[in-house]
Amino acid sequence: MSRGKTIAEKILSAKSGEDAYAGQIVNAEVDYVMVNDVTGPIAFREFEELGMEPVRERMVLIPDHYVPNKDVASAEQAKEMREFARRYAIDNYFEVGRSGVCHQLMVDEGFAAPGRLIVGADSHTCTYGGLGAFSTGVGSTEAAAVFATGRLWFKVPESIKVLLSGDFRPGVGGKDLVIRIISDIGVDGATYKTFEFAGDGVAQVPVSDRLTIANMAIEAGGKAGIFPCDPSTEEYIAETVKGDYRVYEADDDAQYCLTLHYDLGELEPMVAFPHLPENGRAVKDSDVSIDQAWLGSCTNGRIEDLRIAAEVVKGRTVHPDVRFIVVPASPRVYRQAMKEGLLEIFMEAGAYVSGPTCGACLGGHMGILAAGERCVASTNRNFIGRMGHKDSEVYLAGPGVVAASAVAGRIVAPDDLEAV
Amino acid sequence: MENVKGKVWRFEDHVDTDQIIPAERLLAENLDKMDEFIFEKVRPGMSQKISRGDIIVAGKNFGCGSSREHAPRSLLQAGVSCIVAESFARIFFRNSLNVGLLLVECPVAAREGDELEVRPKDGKVMNHSSGETFEFPQYPEFVSKLVEAGGLMNLIKEGRF
Ligand code: SF4
Repeated sequence: MSRGKTIAEKILSAKSGEDAYAGQIVNAEVDYVMVNDVTGPIAFREFEELGMEPVRERMVLIPDHYVPNKDVASAEQAKEMREFARRYAIDNYFEVGRSGVCHQLMVDEGFAAPGRLIVGADSHTCTYGGLGAFSTGVGSTEAAAVFATGRLWFKVPESIKVLLSGDFRPGVGGKDLVIRIISDIGVDGATYKTFEFAGDGVAQVPVSDRLTIANMAIEAGGKAGIFPCDPSTEEYIAETVKGDYRVYEADDDAQYCLTLHYDLGELEPMVAFPHLPENGRAVKDSDVSIDQAWLGSCTNGRIEDLRIAAEVVKGRTVHPDVRFIVVPASPRVYRQAMKEGLLEIFMEAGAYVSGPTCGACLGGHMGILAAGERCVASTNRNFIGRMGHKDSEVYLAGPGVVAASAVAGRIVAPDDLEAV
Repeated sequence: MENVKGKVWRFEDHVDTDQIIPAERLLAENLDKMDEFIFEKVRPGMSQKISRGDIIVAGKNFGCGSSREHAPRSLLQAGVSCIVAESFARIFFRNSLNVGLLLVECPVAAREGDELEVRPKDGKVMNHSSGETFEFPQYPEFVSKLVEAGGLMNLIKEGRF
């Protein structure tokens, strides 16, 4: 009898038609392939050379990094995507106004769903593992290959089991957990591997936090980070999901290369110091003044994150030396935040609220840092020069810490603010 | 897979793609001149000093970070013939195969400026400055096929994928 399988092995078996186990290389059918305005142009050029028909219903084209166009060069780049979408009649192209951070849009528009195999020419494509999909980042040429064939090769990854128990304390969430995990195993601790989350604690992790955690699997080198699908997943996607999906569960006798255990109740607010996501420290052990606080991105730009941050800044004011920039990740998030009065709260406090874009997360535009400046950001990368000048610094934290720091002018947790 | 020979540019662990080519350079208009921007934030001037055939030697997790294919493409444009590292980040690894940049996973002792020779078919890296030789295993079969073909697009064109 063959041995049991992990969720990754099951999805890759189903999509390749092979009895796949870790270590094998399979050729699998892809459900969706996504490119953004930065990775798209290379993919389009590679694809056009083939002179083949594309698998158009499975392609998703999302301008987000440099839109609304930052300058002439980015305008030309965005135009290249728009024209490609027209030329090949790609329906899943999202124009500015209907577009947002690609990974949030993939969730909002119902492309991401349990059991699907999704690739994207963006490393944080692993985000949809939060919903139980197997999704991973690929390069532009590989995206072009999927445009043409609908398939791609995968090395079936070994999986690391992350057993969760307990429940988060107030003010602690998914971002704190994922910074802890990356700090424990290192930025290459999961290279070529997949995280699979399990245990009673999973039910205590809100789905939006699962997306945050899966999003940062790549920051430990991981290929994917997969949560099991449960009733809260189904509820989360019920209104938006496109088409059918299939739920896969890991077998009891599936093999894992490593098992980690985290009691959610023991975690505390974390911040990852420059210049690697593995430099996590407890917020209470940090003493860092900041020039900017940035809330948004595919990691923590969801409505749930904005609610947490708004709760913190409500009735308070942003520190006079700080620019607090709030960027809802998608039109859906933006609209919801508007309805709930969250944008009002941010603006009252003295924050700058922008429309959806990747913007400063990648050092693109809308909040670039000057030499020597420090930013606490709800993003996922704090590499050298990531948000601007090479001598600027990025500190990664969850939405509560970002908001509290905006008020305090240094990195603190919401609990450290004096009662209003 | 030809043998390559060149001067060493030495890097340590976790060289990320933002270091290789910063995000602000990722514009379609730069695609033909990406070599000008390699390592501009961490090694200013490298793009002018590099010679065709030079080899990058690094530690663990080379190419971590974003999926930008601009990273291996810019290095290739700049004339880098091969990267020898203890390990590579997975998307960078896949991208390099597709654009035809030779990668060798092998810990080697080499200093900046050493003369290195990589013989992919023999699985050997020779440091001519120190006289040491290092050995590395062959790629799995499918990956070798990809490398021989010069990337996935060529396999598709030849009807082999
Ligand atoms: S929000 Fe940041 S990390 Fe996410 S896709 Fe955009 S640039 Fe990349």
